[in-house]
Amino acid sequence: MIRIKDLIHRYTVWESETKKSKKTVLDGISLDIPSGQFVAILGANGSGKSTLAKHLNVLLLPDEGTIWIDGKKTADKEALWEIRGRIGMVFQNPDNQIIGTSVEEDVAFEPENKNLDPEMIRERVENSLKEVGLFHKRKSSPFRLSGGQKQRVAIAGVLAGMHECIVLDEPTAMLDPGARKEVLQVIRNLNRQRGITIILITHHTDEVIDADKIILMDKGRIVEVGTPKEIFRNPELLKQMKMDVPQVTELAYRLHARGIPIELPVLTENQLIDRIMAVKEQFMKGEDLENDGR
Amino acid sequence: MMVVKNLSFTYGKGTAHECRVLEDVSFEINEGEFIGLIGSSGSGKTTLIKHLNGLLKADSGDILFQGRSIYDKNYVLSNLRKEVGLVFQYPEQQLFKSTVLGDVAFGPQNLGMSKEEAEKAAKDSLKLVGMDESDYYVSPLELSGGQKRCVAIAGVLAMNPKILVMDEPAAGLDPGTRDMIYRLVNKIKRERNISIMLVSHHMEDVAEYADKVLVMYKNKLVRTGTVREIFSQTEYLKSIGIGVPQITSVTERLIKAGLDLGHPAVTVDEAEELICRELNRLKGKGKDE
Repeated sequence: MIRIKDLIHRYTVWESETKKSKKTVLDGISLDIPSGQFVAILGANGSGKSTLAKHLNVLLLPDEGTIWIDGKKTADKEALWEIRGRIGMVFQNPDNQIIGTSVEEDVAFEPENKNLDPEMIRERVENSLKEVGLFHKRKSSPFRLSGGQKQRVAIAGVLAGMHECIVLDEPTAMLDPGARKEVLQVIRNLNRQRGITIILITHHTDEVIDADKIILMDKGRIVEVGTPKEIFRNPELLKQMKMDVPQVTELAYRLHARGIPIELPVLTENQLIDRIMAVKEQFMKGEDLENDGR
Repeated sequence: MMVVKNLSFTYGKGTAHECRVLEDVSFEINEGEFIGLIGSSGSGKTTLIKHLNGLLKADSGDILFQGRSIYDKNYVLSNLRKEVGLVFQYPEQQLFKSTVLGDVAFGPQNLGMSKEEAEKAAKDSLKLVGMDESDYYVSPLELSGGQKRCVAIAGVLAMNPKILVMDEPAAGLDPGTRDMIYRLVNKIKRERNISIMLVSHHMEDVAEYADKVLVMYKNKLVRTGTVREIFSQTEYLKSIGIGVPQITSVTERLIKAGLDLGHPAVTVDEAEELICRELNRLKGKGKDE
């Protein structure tokens, strides 16, 4: 369980070599994330999402406000390693987080650091690599992998650390559609089958349609919290915040605006097809529709 | 303007890690064209574009720029690098100067412009990418991710290239900034009549902006065609690990389900028109009966 209360974070900005000022990037964030949830944080560049993520495993400390991870304050120095053991991070750029000279060595880094039994390390590395579909690459150098593969190694590395919660900061930004689906599938499975709390930071709205909760951030504040259905009902708000909406959601919204009696919001391809075909049936029967919109 | 002929390339040739990356790749870049280059991770896209300004030299095959082979003994590659601007993945990682202006002026100055000329070119391209004058003398590291990306792109634009190759220019950017960058690219293309080559995994972007699409799979160029020609081959693209835009997939499925749209759509605008037209036609028919 993660609890955030009135979190404020300010960065120091150097206006010139001698003059500095403070810039507020998180401006009073309060949020509860129960264990086992799949939470997505959506927001434009500069909205403060990554800064928020860095607070969760104590890479940053609050200027004001408090964060509790399972009841332990992040500002409490004694709790630092316990918190980092609970919360794993996957960053945007895999090149900045891969350190091993072979894939399996990289994935083994965290369990090795925790002084685990060699057998157990081997088992974890093997399982983690299988989970991300890179077991066959275990002997390769990570630097010879493609961007997508590297990111999956980074995820395997965090998996091997057996965290209760994984924070992923735009993990799919560089992946092709196939690899993106695989990574998202891995993330979902970790959440559903192993009960790992997932906090997915992204601006791809199509990745968050089956999250339990979406948190919309803008300019350091939380603008809205809701289920995907609630959030996507109003594409205009998302657009105002410079967010994309999935093409099917956008299409359904536009069709509705032009008087096609389609039920909103539409989140998936299947929903769109079912609902358009239903409208087709209605029209062919010549039913006069009250919610025609014109 | 540029002709790529039968290009082949192998990394680490003659070593234990020998790895074939390009096999017999041929295509052309014409003036003012907007080309999308797609393919799954590891298909050879990035390696291919590194050949276009001579950062890598092919094992066999040839590249002609404005009629001359860049592999010619007397060819001056530094001239080519002015003409063919490469914007790499995450170009903001290459920012290194202490001021924004200094960083953008570095490239042109390095390629022979005087300090004044380079700064003028830098200011022009910074204006073009929408950077505020008050940011010219701050450290590029203090800017937001989107701004850093813009500064990095300005650094390439300042050299006034004829071909601009961009490898995932929108990766990691929010949709607002991404649209801004694509609008910018289109504007530059129009005003300076330069050719654009866009490498992207985001089929929606490729469908929206490109005229011509090149598809790479396992080191080979497997398809070349217009956006519609390429994206109508849904099954094929899926089989080689590339998707089609969601809107194409969904309109194709609607057609299969029995809604007569004529052809799959490649943009949301097109889908909106096709579906509205068809549904309203059915509605009229339904009422007549």
